[in-house]
Amino acid sequence: MKNNERNKPKIVWLQAITCNGNTHSFLSANVNRLKLFLNSFDLIYHPSLTTDILLDDLLKKDEEIDFLLVEGAISSNKEFFQLSNQTTNEILKKLVLKSKYLIAVGSCASYGGVHKKFEQNNNILGLQEALFEHDTSTLKHPIVNLTGCPVHPEWIFQTLFSLKEYKQIALDEKGRPKEIYSYLAHHGCTRNEYFEWKVEANSFGLKEGCLFYEQGCRGPMTHSNCNKILWNDVNSKTRAGMPCIGCTEFDFPRNNMLETKKNIGIPDEVPLGVSKRAYLSIAGVAKTFKIDRLNEKIIK
Amino acid sequence: MSSKEEKKNSIIENALKLFSKKGFYNTTIPDIAKAMSMSVGNMYNYFKSKEELAKFAIKYSTNILATDLKKINEMDASSKEKIFLFTKKYLENVQKSPEIIEYFLRVYLSNREVFQEGCEGFLCVSEFVTEVMILLDEGAAKKEFRQQDFFPAFAMIMGALGGFAFLSGEQVLDKDIISYSDDVAENIYRALKYEK
Repeated sequence: MKNNERNKPKIVWLQAITCNGNTHSFLSANVNRLKLFLNSFDLIYHPSLTTDILLDDLLKKDEEIDFLLVEGAISSNKEFFQLSNQTTNEILKKLVLKSKYLIAVGSCASYGGVHKKFEQNNNILGLQEALFEHDTSTLKHPIVNLTGCPVHPEWIFQTLFSLKEYKQIALDEKGRPKEIYSYLAHHGCTRNEYFEWKVEANSFGLKEGCLFYEQGCRGPMTHSNCNKILWNDVNSKTRAGMPCIGCTEFDFPRNNMLETKKNIGIPDEVPLGVSKRAYLSIAGVAKTFKIDRLNEKIIK
Repeated sequence: MSSKEEKKNSIIENALKLFSKKGFYNTTIPDIAKAMSMSVGNMYNYFKSKEELAKFAIKYSTNILATDLKKINEMDASSKEKIFLFTKKYLENVQKSPEIIEYFLRVYLSNREVFQEGCEGFLCVSEFVTEVMILLDEGAAKKEFRQQDFFPAFAMIMGALGGFAFLSGEQVLDKDIISYSDDVAENIYRALKYEK
């Protein structure tokens, strides 16, 4: 076993300024996928799991890391947050020098996330922002941003297995893997027919109705495959009756996430790639159809 | 535009005049054919029925207003200026081609049963309603207009303009209709404007 492990790519999971949410999500992975992952990679360090080495050892030792996964935002302000008497910024820089691939796990690691809203410390950053070019010169690949609050475990597996096998992965302009983030949360949403005909849901948790106008749903403008790679293999926010809050996007968390900003009743933002004039024209016409089936309960 | 399209439009223009003057039910296809110096049989090559002609006519007349408002919406001007420009344009239409507005007021609004199928809701007037939406949305986004529900705001604009066209049609106005333009626009703007 030990011999075998030596050939497996080594993974270090660093927790910076985080609520632990991505770890929770990761540990809720499909059990077969988790087994496959543990058989294929050597997770040498994760602060929430029992591992042979400590963070201190890792920092001192000349240990090579294949994949450095970082959960949480980075700060160089010692007053607010430190690990092993060092700032997350110092630790990150030391670990990056030993690593081949750097992966931001979650929105906080990617762009600062909710912590960036903390007004008392204006030095909270995502990985890309926290690192200078010379800090990342030894990396074999641009930083991969796995955005989401939290990240779907399958997105982590898919990224790791792709990088292990093919050494590279196509990223979008925000550093997110295209394979995952080229889709919109809207794709595969079971409410799409309600969206098309502008039939709205008027409260949370209903199976019927679209969540766009009244509940602030960001499905048509959020890059993620939540309705394609389902959560716990069975469901998604929008399927369960909770609007998409756009947690994979650069501007997450926005203010008033459960509201669609409107001007005189007209949505301020319309679905990606559609002009407002065209959208309003089509929406206005769609509203004139009253389809009985869509105004009734699915299960009576 | 194909010659068939041109002919269709010319039939619509004539029908608008007759419908708005005599009403939908008092105007017959032979009346329209006579005004066009066409045979009744030939008329049916262009429109299957009087109802179909009426539906095309409402699209045709509101698209004239939609084109005017689209041009104004695309201008680099404040929303207040756009309200003033559109009001002027609307009243000019009332003066120049009264049948367009009269048709809307006297046929479309008064004979809803004719438009029940195929012109549900905004279906036949959607291009114009969309432009009003763009005007209101932009004004509220720029904080020139206050936030409110769409329909009261829409009715504020169209009610004022429609009402004024009606007064003009009834020939009760003392002065030339265009001379009221700024006052009407000012009323509409005050109903919509943003207040701190």
